[in-house]
Amino acid sequence: MTETATAPAGTDTGPVLAADGLPLKRSLRRALRAQKLRALMLIAPLLIFILVTFIAPIADMLFRSVENQIVAETLPRTARAIQDYDPDSGTMPSEAVLAAFTYDLTAASERKLHTRLGTRLNYEYTGVSSLFRKAGRRVDDFGETYRDQFAAVDPAWEEPATWIALMADPDWVAEYRAWTAAGEAAKAARREFTQAQPLFRLRDEVADVLPETASAYAEFARIAQVEDGDDPAAEDPWAPVYLALYRDLLHVGPGAIAQLGPEAEAMLDAAHDAVEGFETVNLADLYLEADKDWGDPGVWGTIKTFSSAYTPGYFLNAVDLQLTPDGVAAQPEDRQIYIMLFERTLFMSLMIMGSCVLLGYPIAYLLSNLPLRTSNLLMILVLLPFWTSLLVRTSAWKVLLQQQGVINDILVWLGIVSNSGRLILINNQTGTIIAMTHILLPFMILPLYSVMKTIPPSYVRAAKSLGATNWTAFWRVYFPQSVPGIGAGCILVFILAIGYYITPELVGGTSGTFISNRIAYHISSSLNWGLAAALGSILLAVVLILYWAYDKLVGIDNVSLG
Amino acid sequence: MTGTSDGFVVFDRVQKSYDGETLVVKDLNLSIGKGEFLTMLGPSGSGKTTCLMMLAGFETATHGDILLDGKPINNIPPHKRGIGMVFQNYALFPHMTVAENLAFPLEVRKIGRADREAKVQRALEMVQMGAFGGRRPAQLSGGQQQRIALARALVFEPELVLMDEPLGALDKQLREHMQFEITRLAHNLGITTVYVTHDQTEALTMSDRVAVFNDGRIQQLARPDELYEKPVNSFVAQFIGENNTLLGRVKEINGTALVELDDGEVIDAIPVNVRNRGDRTLVSIRPERVEIDPKRLTPGAHLIHAEVLEFIYMGDIYRTRLRVAGNDDFVIKTRNAPDQRRLRPGEHIEIGWLPEDCRALDAP
Ligand SMILES: Nc1ncnc2c1ncn2[C@@H]1O[C@H](COP(=O)(O)OP(=O)(O)OP(=O)(O)O)[C@@H](O)[C@H]1O
Ligand SMILES: [Mg+2]
Repeated sequence: MTETATAPAGTDTGPVLAADGLPLKRSLRRALRAQKLRALMLIAPLLIFILVTFIAPIADMLFRSVENQIVAETLPRTARAIQDYDPDSGTMPSEAVLAAFTYDLTAASERKLHTRLGTRLNYEYTGVSSLFRKAGRRVDDFGETYRDQFAAVDPAWEEPATWIALMADPDWVAEYRAWTAAGEAAKAARREFTQAQPLFRLRDEVADVLPETASAYAEFARIAQVEDGDDPAAEDPWAPVYLALYRDLLHVGPGAIAQLGPEAEAMLDAAHDAVEGFETVNLADLYLEADKDWGDPGVWGTIKTFSSAYTPGYFLNAVDLQLTPDGVAAQPEDRQIYIMLFERTLFMSLMIMGSCVLLGYPIAYLLSNLPLRTSNLLMILVLLPFWTSLLVRTSAWKVLLQQQGVINDILVWLGIVSNSGRLILINNQTGTIIAMTHILLPFMILPLYSVMKTIPPSYVRAAKSLGATNWTAFWRVYFPQSVPGIGAGCILVFILAIGYYITPELVGGTSGTFISNRIAYHISSSLNWGLAAALGSILLAVVLILYWAYDKLVGIDNVSLG
Repeated sequence: MTGTSDGFVVFDRVQKSYDGETLVVKDLNLSIGKGEFLTMLGPSGSGKTTCLMMLAGFETATHGDILLDGKPINNIPPHKRGIGMVFQNYALFPHMTVAENLAFPLEVRKIGRADREAKVQRALEMVQMGAFGGRRPAQLSGGQQQRIALARALVFEPELVLMDEPLGALDKQLREHMQFEITRLAHNLGITTVYVTHDQTEALTMSDRVAVFNDGRIQQLARPDELYEKPVNSFVAQFIGENNTLLGRVKEINGTALVELDDGEVIDAIPVNVRNRGDRTLVSIRPERVEIDPKRLTPGAHLIHAEVLEFIYMGDIYRTRLRVAGNDDFVIKTRNAPDQRRLRPGEHIEIGWLPEDCRALDAP
């Protein structure tokens, strides 16, 4: 009998083979792969849910806290041109920068984006918002003088067709004609016509010869076509396009104009000869006329500072600093609130955690030492708050804690406080701590209870039989074994408290609100999502750091939920 | 041996009820001498732990006095009683090292550091665990934990040690070894020991005296040999060791009893707690006292007819099941010796025993 059991002993070299002759490792892997796949499929719905609802928003938040593409996207030409500007010079930027800004602002105000940008920059420099609004209303007139003068040289400059001939790619013109014809035909035949307009294309050489004009006109054509659904071939270009043409013609050589073909050459040559004698306007004056604050170099410095696509600005704001053209500086005294709010949030969360331990420990101890029937009944009372709405509970505290509220009434009735000296228990830190301790207490009691339930009474008995008094037996033997429960409860309560929003909002007044209330304010009222994201990221980092510190000090394995 | 007040530990008419409806301990009278090793043996729920807990001070007696060294201790809290205790699950403090566990009772007694360390080391060596002081209880095997629990109960030199099924969690071999260790230590140190167990072998091998508990009462309190050979009632006879029982009725009683078994056979027996003619009785004979070779019996010994039902080879002994006087569970044990007969099922034989091995007890 025993001999037959040792059959494969002969193959002692080489890999171990399974019954089908394949290496054992491989068949094991294959067998396990099916299992792993099945496990993965079971968790897949949750995994996807978490990715979509948790990981992705966090990633988005982290991204938003540094993202700043709005300036570079809305003012692309300005962002490039303003890099050489030095705000310390005390002057406005050069005409070239102002011209670039004019094209950008015109496009932005056509697209109604300039107010958004103004709001964004207003976070960094107060007043910018109204500057943008005012200038946005006027900027499309900023080339008016030049348009009139070009029209005086040749009225054809006011014809949209002239511009198309000068700027558009001939192929696009052909495509565009075909598209228009097809549209007409469809209309005549009462057919539906859904074909999209062919998108405007510049002709090849014009960007080299007349760079600013080409860029401004292309922008105009694109917005006319895409945003307004109009026909660029039938629209007058914006006044700033004439400004661009004037500026280009001042610099262009006659040889270059020749590249654009004979027809254009004639018109441009005439204009070229004339621009020297044009009456000029100073863009700086136009802006100052719109609002004298455009003369403040701080405004232009802010645009320059925040022209990059990513910025540490939100994070600096979140810790009461700001990014100025001269580097990092402290916020003005009256705007420094976030460090104080973070400190208050941490301090109050610790207070809430501490009072939860003090109140929860004896209760959990009692529950764990009572017979099961009684303790189950009492546990229902502990869990009762979970069954009522958070809002109702918090509002109940409002009723209780007010100066004319139940608690004060009782204290006055008992003669503990005088009627004139009623305690202020709400709309301050006391109110927040009382209400949140009540709300978070079950999160302390439950882990404590489940840990204490596992401590056999024989330990305390053993300690007493060895000569320990009741207190020593508790402190030296029982308490250390309940520490994992305290740890778990503290982590739970602290992390819940630090991000709590609704209760501080309702009972905290101004002195008892948390950083989360400020985050909510920026999300829903001031719409400064970048700052909200930076504050949120810092909060996340603080929690992670505290968690890490806790792990180092106490050891996360020492945390037990039972 | 009841109602005495001269022992080191005395239970004087002690009663205990948890719920006010049933008595868990009914009228317990027990006197334990100094240095004695007394075992409480009994089936589950018979009140052994309750007695121990009353002695240790974790439960209060509903009625009666418990005296320690002549003084009533009913009102002394547990930590002032100075009684060492070994718990069934050892109750070693998991967050302390072995040495800290042992130092705990010394610390709370405010014994100086140097003295403490010396005592801890001595206690560890006493249980042959000198090298394990730095470990946590979770890093020890069951037997090792047991020794540490024992050392901790002894390290503060109590005069009385209580042990509640301390070996229940160990395997057979380790248990036997620890039984020996515990008795050796208890005798060497001259400590009074109250030991609770389920296991009758443990009780018989370790104790000076055994108290057999049932239903909240001590059924018999006696030396192990007396307990085994001279059980005073049918509960003790059946609870301790293997036992053959035959039911019958007392026919005559004068010095010895004449018992008529239910199938009409008449045998001699020693009357233990039968008093009158006509009483129902349960006759008990130990399996190893039954003889199958008539030549070995004294002349005049009573012989009785038996049919072999089953023969089991058990190595050192043979265990044979017979049908005797209508009882199918009559077991005999014979030594595996060269001249010993191996009985075959179906065989009819004559068996017999000495009258003094046959005890007429109360019928349940
Ligand atoms: N704390 C208690 N409350 C109520 N009844 C109890 C309590 N402890 C024990 N009892 C009851 O008292 C009786 C005796 O229990 P005890 O623990 O003394 O038995 P035991 O002899 O030690 O049994 P075992 O051998 O199973 O340990 C049992 O019926 C038990 O149910
Ligand atoms: Mg017990």
